[in-house]
Amino acid sequence: MTSKVTGISEFPDAFAQQRRVTGMGQMDDQNDPVNMILGLKDVRKAAHNCAVFQSGAKPGRIVIPSEVAIRETRQIPFEVDPPEHGGFRELLNPWFKRPLDECYQARLQTIIDETIENAFKAESFDVVSQFALPLQSKALTLLLNTSMDKAQTWIDWGTHVFRSEGSDLDGDKANILYNYIDEQIENAILNPGDDLYSVLLNSEANGKKLSKEEIKGVMILTFAGGRDTVINAITNSIAYFSENISDLKRIDDQPEILNRAVEELIRYFSPLTQMGRVATQDTSVCEHAIKADTRVSLCWASANRDEKVFKDPNNVDFDRKVNPHISFGFSHHNCLGATHARQILRQLVLSLANKVAQIETIKADENIEKLGEFSRKVGFNSLHVSFKSK
Amino acid sequence: MAKVIFITKKNDAVEVEGDSGSLMELATANGVSGIDGDCGGVCSCATCHIYVAPNDFEKIGQPEEIESDMLELDDNVTQYSRLCCQIEVTEAIDGMTFVVAN
Ligand code: HEM
Ligand code: HEM
Ligand code: FES
Repeated sequence: MTSKVTGISEFPDAFAQQRRVTGMGQMDDQNDPVNMILGLKDVRKAAHNCAVFQSGAKPGRIVIPSEVAIRETRQIPFEVDPPEHGGFRELLNPWFKRPLDECYQARLQTIIDETIENAFKAESFDVVSQFALPLQSKALTLLLNTSMDKAQTWIDWGTHVFRSEGSDLDGDKANILYNYIDEQIENAILNPGDDLYSVLLNSEANGKKLSKEEIKGVMILTFAGGRDTVINAITNSIAYFSENISDLKRIDDQPEILNRAVEELIRYFSPLTQMGRVATQDTSVCEHAIKADTRVSLCWASANRDEKVFKDPNNVDFDRKVNPHISFGFSHHNCLGATHARQILRQLVLSLANKVAQIETIKADENIEKLGEFSRKVGFNSLHVSFKSK
Repeated sequence: MAKVIFITKKNDAVEVEGDSGSLMELATANGVSGIDGDCGGVCSCATCHIYVAPNDFEKIGQPEEIESDMLELDDNVTQYSRLCCQIEVTEAIDGMTFVVAN
């Protein structure tokens, strides 16, 4: 546990040394070690080469820490390789582009305005549990097109729906989510509506009707993939602006830089550190031998600080016009929720810029991931602040 | 003022005009299907992939390294591929036709 109030806007590059020297890092994870690919071009190449670096391995194995021991449901489209993967994406892509609709954006704005109003009312609050989590949960009702009252259940799960104190992976806790989704699918069968469950129940991919197990695999992923990532991105943005309030003011004065600012924050934070793949054959990366049936990781967070690609990679620079970050992944499996996540962040940052005069930090507990030889700050366990309105 | 035509995957021809910003912004503002512009034009998403007509390619110019690195790993790449968020709308592109890659 670290508790501090200054320097919280900084997210150091945990991989610099190793990236420069060998381009690869190593970590063990439940006796299934991982060779971490650190350079941007190497990560992109491996992400693209899905025949050699597969996602469709044993369910849970490409996630780090591995979830092999706690689940059997295959996540879709995440743990499926091309060509089947393409069929699922074709089905899902249009639905996940809905955040581009004006009506969606207007409803999202109401949620954001309400969240910020509540923050002004409190003398101080924890950004993680009292701002980012409710905002993420309410916004997710828009993405799934379910009623807003569902959000309360997801908020009540707390930030630790997958984990318990002291142990990283908690099967019983993951079961809460699985049981919940089973229940929702059964509900949608009895009372079809226009929510994502109902839509999937009436859908085909790759010429076949989706099975219940497949629907579960899609839904679990929208909960799991969109939760910690969005919470980290929101919390980290607030931490950043608390120590760089002039940058927030600049966005208020020059809203045309909003998009670049958000992309730069997403690059800098890299809310998802890495994702694994399993090698289907003996191969090599950066002259480093990779044996068949072993794991590699695509380390988005390291790639996003690659000095061969980004000038002054450790500076947050809202004037970066070209910013080929891979915070949302790359190639086949690029993030399905990116449109939603970007829309939340764009509207949130603009609203903060319009409304907030000052953000004062009271205490912060940083979330440091231990990844073998590396320690990386990915976000906060808690971040207590107070907002002063304009 | 530049008038250009986008040919979408469904073979629809969409004529649009503009005088500033990027070609991606012009396309998304006019709802050209297949140009999503997810990253808003910072060259991070490749959802703005087009083919330039061979005769026009030289006028438009080669992509910078960061853009060509992105295109290199796109399954639909050809020698006439560009990410249109990196192309500015100016008189120079007036009258051109672009084929949307996705
Ligand atoms: C700032 C927030 C987010 C970040 C940084 C992020 C990051 C990523 C990354 C790096 C991948 C690639 C994984 C891989 O290559 O194996 C990915 C995939 C995915 N993400 Fe996100 N994500 C975010 C938000 C979301 C949201 C809000 C959702 C949905 C509710 C979501 C759903 C997914 C899904 C379904 C995939 C798998 C896509 C596929 O395999 O085709 N993500 N995400
Ligand atoms: C059923 C599916 C999933 C389960 C059960 C699950 C489980 C977990 C667990 C147990 C942790 C905590 C690890 C620790 O504290 O050391 C975690 C963290 C995380 N997961 Fe997942 N995960 C799932 C899917 C995903 C996917 C698909 C993504 C992204 C595309 C994702 C992104 C993250 C991120 C960014 C963290 C770090 C959060 C933080 O420590 O603040 N998860 N997940
Ligand atoms: S709009 Fe994202 S790369 Fe062109």
